[in-house]
Formats: sequence, structure tokens, C-alpha cells
Amino acid sequence: MSESSSIERPLAFSVVALASGLLFGAGLVVGGMTSPDKVRAFLDFTGAWDPTLVFVMGGAVLVHMVAYWLVKGRPSPVLAAAFQIPTRRDIDAKLLLGAAIFGLGWGVGGYCPGPAITSLPGGGISVSGFVLAMLASSWATGRIESRVGTAAANPPRTPPEPNRTPTR
Amino acid sequence: MDVTWMVRGAVGGALIGLSASLLLVLNGRVTGISGVLNALMQPVRGIELVWRALFVAGLVLGGLAATAVLPASGGGAPGLAVAVVAGVLVGVGTRLGNGCTSGHGVCGLSRMSGRSLAATLTFIATGALAVLATRGFSVGVER
Repeated sequence: MSESSSIERPLAFSVVALASGLLFGAGLVVGGMTSPDKVRAFLDFTGAWDPTLVFVMGGAVLVHMVAYWLVKGRPSPVLAAAFQIPTRRDIDAKLLLGAAIFGLGWGVGGYCPGPAITSLPGGGISVSGFVLAMLASSWATGRIESRVGTAAANPPRTPPEPNRTPTR
Repeated sequence: MDVTWMVRGAVGGALIGLSASLLLVLNGRVTGISGVLNALMQPVRGIELVWRALFVAGLVLGGLAATAVLPASGGGAPGLAVAVVAGVLVGVGTRLGNGCTSGHGVCGLSRMSGRSLAATLTFIATGALAVLATRGFSVGVER
């Protein structure tokens, strides 16, 4: 995470974050994305296919492309010193494995992270169970990832093989 | 499909696009919900904690407000056991794959990221497989 000092107007920055969350949550409900039935029906390509999600994602991408066009070439956003936009371009196995596992869960439950959080108030025990399981498993995976990453960066010193290493 | 849902989908999508655009143009951040949640589980402080907490609060409140004024969008919440299994898969998958439907599907596709396109096609494909595999079972048992 970057240091907080790069954000000169924290109040305005916070208000924008709240407004963005409000719009996102409202958009999910308006678009029917908080209904697992509708999401699963979109993924049901061989059955009674429901294209609503295409309109939601298409509408979102069309609007958001304009924003990327607006900020193209700008050195910084309005309320912070720098953009924090992912820059990786490699398509690695971990990305595809993760996306594949995520998709399985998305199809089984009909929830992805946003709609699950938005559905928390009226969603009953199953939505709470989904969110808790999602947060716990993501946290645990992150812990394992960082351990593996640390181990790869600082490999444990392997003792010399006694039988093969010629001694002086 | 009925026209009502086409319109609701497009309007809902436009609201989501507007949400992501506000956060990008003004705050310079990407609206990746799994990323926001993951950061909240790390020792972030100050404004980095506050904006994410407010975004998540907005997500809930915005949903409540829309639910109050709109006809129901249909349910289909899975049973608890299925929900927990799905939650584990979504948690592990979004962490390994660095994003979900919002980060890869909306933000990534909007900036024409090949990584995000690959991720999006992959999770739609395995999502379709999961629905195909579980369609016969009564997954949609309400609580």
C-alpha cells in the first residue's frame, strides 16, 4: 500500500469512495446481479440462457472505457498524487488457475464478491456463510502465497551433499 | 428475454461503470472488490483503510436503497453448505487470480487488458461448467 501522504484531500477522497460504493451497490441491484438465479441463468448456456449479465457488464465497460480515455496521458488523478492501476501484462498459470477456481465457485453459488457483500443485509445465513468462507479462504491463500514467495526469494540454505561433495 | 431486464441490466451496468469511473478519475484507484476486501484484511491504516471501508459500506447501503424502491430482482440464494463451498472457491480463486468480476471483468476489460480478458473468459467458462454440473441438483434451495 502506498503512503497516505500522497492523498492531499482525504475527506474528498473518502466521500468519492463512499459515492462509488453506493453507485456500485445500487447498480448491482438494478441490474439483477444480486440474484444468484439470474447469474446462474447467464452461465447456463445450454439451458434457458439469461443474457442480463451481458447488458450489465457491457454497460459498465462502455461507460468505464470513456473514463480510461479521459485519464489517458494525465499524470495523476484529481485527488491523489498517482494512479494505482495494475500494470502486469503476462498471462501466467496462477492467473488462469485462480480465475478457473473462482469461476467454479461463482457458478456453484451464483455469487461473486460484490453481489455477496451487497446481499448481506437481507440475504440470511447462506450469504453470511458465503462471505465468511470467501474472506477466510482468501486470507489463508494470501498467507500461503506470501510464505511461498518468501521461501522462493530466500531459499533455505541447503547443506552440502556429504557423499558427493569432494572434501579437501 | 423481456425488455425490462435488458433495460435494468444496461442501467445497472451504467451505474457500475459510473462508480468505477468516479474512483478512477478522482481517486486514481481500480474498483476491484476482491482487492478492496483483501486489503481490508491486511494491516492498512489511515485513509487507505477509511476509503475501502466506506466503499464497502456504500456497496451495502446502495444495494439497500435500490432494493427499497425497485421490484425484487429474484432470489435463488443457495443452501448454507453450498454457499460455504462456493465461498471457499471464490476466496481462493480471486486471491490466486488477482481479481473477480469487477476487477477483471469491468475494470480490466475497460482498459483492454489481455490478462483480464484471459481471466474473464476463464471464469465464465468454468462458471458455465459448474452450472452444467450442478443444474440437476436442487442447489437453489432457499435457506
